Amino acid sequence: MPLLRMERITKTFPGVVANDRVDFAVDRGEIHALLGENGSGKTTLMNALYGLHRPDSGRMLLDGEEVGFTSPIDAIAAGIGMVHQHFMLVPPLTVVENIVLGLKTANARGSPLLDLRTAAARIRELAAAHGLDIDTDAQVWQLPVGAQQRVEILKALYRDADLLILDEPTAVLAPSEVEHLIGVLRSLAASGKAIIFISHKLNEVMEVADRISVLRGGRLAGTVAAAETDPSELARLMVGRDIVPPRRRSSRPGAPVLWIEDLSVRDDRGLRAVDGVGFSLFEGEILGIAGVDGNGQKELTEAIAGVRAVEDGRLDLPGLAPSRGARFRDIGHVTEDRHQTGLLMSFRLWENLALKSSGRPPFGSPFWLRVGAMRDATVRAIETFSIKAPGPDIPASVLSGGNQQKLVLARELGLGPKLLLAAQPTRGLDVGATEYVHRRLLAARDDGMAILLVSTELDEILALSDRILVMYEGRAMGQVNADEVTRETIGLMMSGIASREAATGSAS
Amino acid sequence: MEMFFGLLDPDYFAATIRLATPLLFATLGGILNERAGIINIGLEGTMLMAALTGVFGAWFIGSPWLGFACGVVAGALVAWIHAFVSISLGANQIVSGTAINLLGLGLSSFLIRIVFGLKEQQRVVPHFDLVSLPLLADLPLLGPVLFHQHALVYVAFLLVPVLWVILYRTRWGLMITAAGEHPHAASSVGIDPLRVRYACTVLSGALAGAGGAFLSLGQLHFFQDEMVAGRGFIALAALIFGRWNPVGGMIACLIFGAADALQFRGQAVGLAIPHQFMLMFPYVLTLAILIVVGGKSQGPAAIGIPYRRN
Repeated sequence: MPLLRMERITKTFPGVVANDRVDFAVDRGEIHALLGENGSGKTTLMNALYGLHRPDSGRMLLDGEEVGFTSPIDAIAAGIGMVHQHFMLVPPLTVVENIVLGLKTANARGSPLLDLRTAAARIRELAAAHGLDIDTDAQVWQLPVGAQQRVEILKALYRDADLLILDEPTAVLAPSEVEHLIGVLRSLAASGKAIIFISHKLNEVMEVADRISVLRGGRLAGTVAAAETDPSELARLMVGRDIVPPRRRSSRPGAPVLWIEDLSVRDDRGLRAVDGVGFSLFEGEILGIAGVDGNGQKELTEAIAGVRAVEDGRLDLPGLAPSRGARFRDIGHVTEDRHQTGLLMSFRLWENLALKSSGRPPFGSPFWLRVGAMRDATVRAIETFSIKAPGPDIPASVLSGGNQQKLVLARELGLGPKLLLAAQPTRGLDVGATEYVHRRLLAARDDGMAILLVSTELDEILALSDRILVMYEGRAMGQVNADEVTRETIGLMMSGIASREAATGSAS
Repeated sequence: MEMFFGLLDPDYFAATIRLATPLLFATLGGILNERAGIINIGLEGTMLMAALTGVFGAWFIGSPWLGFACGVVAGALVAWIHAFVSISLGANQIVSGTAINLLGLGLSSFLIRIVFGLKEQQRVVPHFDLVSLPLLADLPLLGPVLFHQHALVYVAFLLVPVLWVILYRTRWGLMITAAGEHPHAASSVGIDPLRVRYACTVLSGALAGAGGAFLSLGQLHFFQDEMVAGRGFIALAALIFGRWNPVGGMIACLIFGAADALQFRGQAVGLAIPHQFMLMFPYVLTLAILIVVGGKSQGPAAIGIPYRRN
């Protein structure tokens, strides 16, 4: 009998059927992957399980008993643990304090005071049993992301979870940390825990899972055993059609567009985020900046874009307009976070599109805006970039993530920049939208644009880049030619290990 | 020079501690409130209402202790308004706190005139006397400074370790910190951040109320318009200076108390400085301290951000 069985779960939100008669089951000792694009209903299904909302119909059986949770507290009490994609940890508290937070058993018997020593001993026991190595007295903010994730897993285990849900757990990890996580999950499964692994990455799911359930458009597209399937079948189940990766033609680099030597930049907290980085970028090529999130990529692109001060070093943009104001239009900047810095969510599509050039022809003069021209341009952009939108007058917040990103691309490519900074251009996009963005970037490169591509997705870096620079803790770990490098080499460099081969790019 | 050292006698230190006490009550309240994620700039108005209620209570019941209790309850009730507006309704906490300050200012002036009448506004009411702790008060130097004080002075300083233990060594402390740093994380493990914030806001009002009632019943013995004179705001500075830690807050309050006492001293001894300048001293010191430490101090991460359930 499976530990969890969900039968014909249906959940509708106004105008959308998020889950449509989904069947899903997990056995003890099994790692079951839930695969699907954004908006395919993975989160809705798991929220129903975790008590965050109630399904409209269908039933859930835990150990054969029908259950219905009204809050996560019920789910936790029933032995379900969730490792959220955005960690639910309190940064200034220590590891132990975070783990016992909210538990009545955190006190010594009959005492009003916390007994952290007993708790820490039990945590270390659990940690040792599953290779979850952790310093229980460290404050959480001091820990790297991988360790914070281990704290989340320990938090669930400490609450006696039999069923662990991990929501996109590898999104924030370096390749070596992913390996480690997979080892931990195997150990947990071997001890009889059931694990639900939510992901949209095919290769990863193939590697970690025993069985894979694929959701598409709110429906179960199929459940397959990992041993009996392959990535292309999964992609077909996930997208509903075959996916052909874009072909990259060999590049013909032209004149230099960006020249950087010994560049240092500080982050918002005043710490040195970019530390002596140097590279160059030429017309008609894509330089990929690989690295785990938070290793200085954001500060680097912001410094090049002119929105962050350069602390030290040389940053030349030969061939670009010399004045800061004019240079702004020579550089296209797809920012890392389209919600925070890419778009004004409450602005209409045409307002967002004209944002960068509103005070100049054809959109107006320094004094007047020509709204008609802006709306016309937006209508054209909706067509050329196949943005799914009813018209130019709706606010950007109404669009889906993929269409928002297309709008950003339309604006940044629309001015015909010489240099495009593309930071995480496909973050949070589904397979179809990702494919579209990739084609656009390659087409722009073939037209002679210089593109700096920052991505934490190794697959994306390898698919698009001509050359690859790996950043680790603000430094360049080395530069390699995309055609001569293996995933493993780059993975090592992303973890801060630079072999001599990696540094010279001659790895076999 | 001689005159300056003349200022520093046991009486001066005793006055420092006495003047620090109302600040300390309010600062501890502010710490509790801010650590749970709610800014309470209404401390000033809360103290003023409590000072008034304390005077009324002491007069009509005839006991300074019951008057003090009335002040504490009044402080809690005023803070309840802040809690309702800023937590339940999710309104801006600064606006809500400002409203409470303005309300306290107007309402207290109005009520003192209504209840005691125009001519007897400054009626002296039953108040607290100094208490000498047996044996300890006879210690040389330390005795008169530390152990010949109002009973409430001892209460305030005892609250420092009590609050410290609650914040750092109990489940509640973890819950309060979680509510102020990452309420969604708190909620994910079954803590209701709204309830935690409510409790801390009301308690913070009670503590500010204790500070206000001490001002009227312990120091002035009557009510005067605007008698809190910015101490609620100085308490906010003190908690930032003390980095949201009760012990740090206490040190800050003692520094402000010392500045206040110096100002009184200066006037009494007749320093050749206009007394208006001396009066400014504690406030100038507040500014100076905020200039030095204010920018660097980091408060709770979720402070001032209304929490809404999903």
